[in-house]
Amino acid sequence: MKIDIILAGVGGQGILSIASIIGYAALKKGLHLKQAEVHGMSQRGGDVQSHFRLADHEIASDLIPQGQADLIISVEPMESLRYLPWLSSKGWLITNDQPFINIPNYPAPEVLSAELNKLPNKVVINADKIAKELGSARSANMVILGAASPFIEIDFKDIENAVSEVFARKGEEIVNTNLACLRAGREFAQQNK
Amino acid sequence: MSKLLLLGDEAIGQAALDAGISGVYAYPGTPSTEIMEYVQHSKQAAEGQVHRSWSANEKTAMESAIGMSYAGKRALVCMKHVGLNVAADPFMNSAITGANGGLVYLIADDPSMHSSQDEQDSRFFAKFAYIPVFEPSNQQEAYDMTYDAFAFSEKYRIPVMLRVTTRLAHSRAGVAKKESLPQNEVKLCDNKKQFILLPAHARVFYRELLAKQPLLEKESVESKYNQYIDGSDKSMGVIVSGIAYNYLMENYVGTKCPYPVLKITQYPIPTQLVARMVNECETVLVAEEGYPLIEEQLKGLLNAGKPVKGRLDGTLPRDGELNPNLLAVALGLTDTYGADVPEIVAPRPPALCLGCPHIDSYTALNQAMEQYGPGRVFSDIGCYTLGALPPYNAIYSTVDMGASITMAKGASDAGLRPAVAVIGDSTFTHSGITSLLDCVVENTPVTVFILDNFTTGMTGGQDSHALGRIGNICKGLGVAEEHIRVITPLKKNHETNLQIVKEELEYQGVSVIIPTRECVQTLKKKLTKK
Ligand SMILES: Cc1ncc(C[n+]2csc(CCOP(=O)(O)OP(=O)(O)O)c2C)c(N)n1
Ligand code: SF4
Repeated sequence: MKIDIILAGVGGQGILSIASIIGYAALKKGLHLKQAEVHGMSQRGGDVQSHFRLADHEIASDLIPQGQADLIISVEPMESLRYLPWLSSKGWLITNDQPFINIPNYPAPEVLSAELNKLPNKVVINADKIAKELGSARSANMVILGAASPFIEIDFKDIENAVSEVFARKGEEIVNTNLACLRAGREFAQQNK
Repeated sequence: MSKLLLLGDEAIGQAALDAGISGVYAYPGTPSTEIMEYVQHSKQAAEGQVHRSWSANEKTAMESAIGMSYAGKRALVCMKHVGLNVAADPFMNSAITGANGGLVYLIADDPSMHSSQDEQDSRFFAKFAYIPVFEPSNQQEAYDMTYDAFAFSEKYRIPVMLRVTTRLAHSRAGVAKKESLPQNEVKLCDNKKQFILLPAHARVFYRELLAKQPLLEKESVESKYNQYIDGSDKSMGVIVSGIAYNYLMENYVGTKCPYPVLKITQYPIPTQLVARMVNECETVLVAEEGYPLIEEQLKGLLNAGKPVKGRLDGTLPRDGELNPNLLAVALGLTDTYGADVPEIVAPRPPALCLGCPHIDSYTALNQAMEQYGPGRVFSDIGCYTLGALPPYNAIYSTVDMGASITMAKGASDAGLRPAVAVIGDSTFTHSGITSLLDCVVENTPVTVFILDNFTTGMTGGQDSHALGRIGNICKGLGVAEEHIRVITPLKKNHETNLQIVKEELEYQGVSVIIPTRECVQTLKKKLTKK
């Protein structure tokens, strides 16, 4: 078993929080894990990505080979498309549909959604809206993680536990909001995949 | 014991602590910064009172570590590859003095220049200095090699280089820890002349260094880190160094590479193992993360031996990072690829943060420079380098740390007026002070902006040596007090600031403008901590 995930977003959007939850759950299961992160220059509003690899055997490369990623998980729609060369033909793309516009030539919304619509396997979700409705705009990442969870071969219970433990020191209320976001994302994906 | 999930950098920091270091000396630089940061946050380091403050630059860091080694204790020095250029003088000469306490130089290279101005391969520097190198291929090796490097350094009384590249430095995996060793006691060398490099001594020590080379090579041949993995298909042999080993193996998950493989992660190059491969195989493919160091030597000037494939003949790209796909192509395997990036995907370059003080500094500078035309502003390395991009288009050079002031001086000497330098506070104390002194001594007409944002912003907000000292440093160097102008870069001050900049641009001597306002990122961090 192996799961190769490209995490994508814009510097400052906190894609690594998604990684740390999956990583936490995976380590508990005794899976092997490698995660190449982006540090430094690219954090100031530039595009950022992370290669996240899980397997039940030793993992060789820190980088996912092009054409072999099982998932792209993105917190920004245009950024999700930047990594299509990595996505395998059977892979899924899970992305937030809320754009982060900090460049003058950002594509028009209809062009962007037309491009996303061309993909056979995708879940496009308004994570910001769902997170806000559940009481924490900052938990959009957990909605996205929830939407990706049906495609990750880890028991959902284990992911829920990871969320509880990672957020535990921030108090029960925050844990519950994040769990609600996670579940809402998962539900959306199950209905819309 | 359960494994720790660590970045390559963190594994190195932990291993150094477990090896009983008494100090880490470093100047920040991607991708090496997290080593010192890890040690700074470590309870183990605090309990052992391990030295763990930043140094002014890589040269001062390395010299301090050499001093700690002189006193008999173990020291780690960390820097990015270009930092080694700054530290080249102590680096080369410490190979001649040799080490007393274990002395390890961690150099983090950045192939593909993710956040650097070049992709120099530090293994060449080690070869130049005749010192051994460990080049880990994964996080566990990064830990193990760091742990072993100190003892190795003491055994041969020589500094050891640990060379990592961006992918390993910034990638996480499980790492198993070893027992923590106690720190060394202070103990001076038996030979009290060991660190006195008078020519008469140095000649002797240099010959000793040369005499160590066969021993070091024997270590490389016998090292557990250099592996010869035999294969049945001798039509080709594959030599891989460091992290390139992983990219090779990624192509054989669940199977075995049919070709003999020589994994080199300890240098000097184990010639005997290379010879075996060349004798047994018809051709050799060399894959190195960096410059073709092994490949060039194997090929030789005349390329008269067996065919060698790699970066030099186009089998692999001549520059940039390797990856599993490039290895697949080089091995003649089928490459895999998803879909092309749709044309609508626009580049998203990094930019100055919203509210960054540098924005206001550039707005004032740009307007003041309008009347003089483009090409007169020299800059340096830091967040403010982003001023080279639209919408600012404010600066025309960024070469190496400290170069802004001295390049402005040279241009001013050539008659280009006004000549302006823009340098950050941390960069100023790293290498700008002597540059400014050059200007003061000749009273060269230059206008120097020292952007004081109270931090080393670019690398994530480390303490800056310049904090609270810039004005006094300039005064001490001899800049006239009336031409040291402190301004607060804020939109509401724009007119006042513009006026000051204009005045100083007119002045035919050394003037310094110090825009002073905290980086919004470090400010945010402080506020959330409270
Ligand atoms: C010799 C060398 N060492 C380290 C670096 C990495 N580096 C680039 S910019 C920078 C610091 C910039 O700090 P500062 O000058 O205060 O500017 P800021 O980023 O805060 O605007 C560092 C450490 C480098 N490029 N070259
Ligand atoms: S990190 Fe600080 S100095 Fe760098 S761009 Fe952001 S605000 Fe400016």
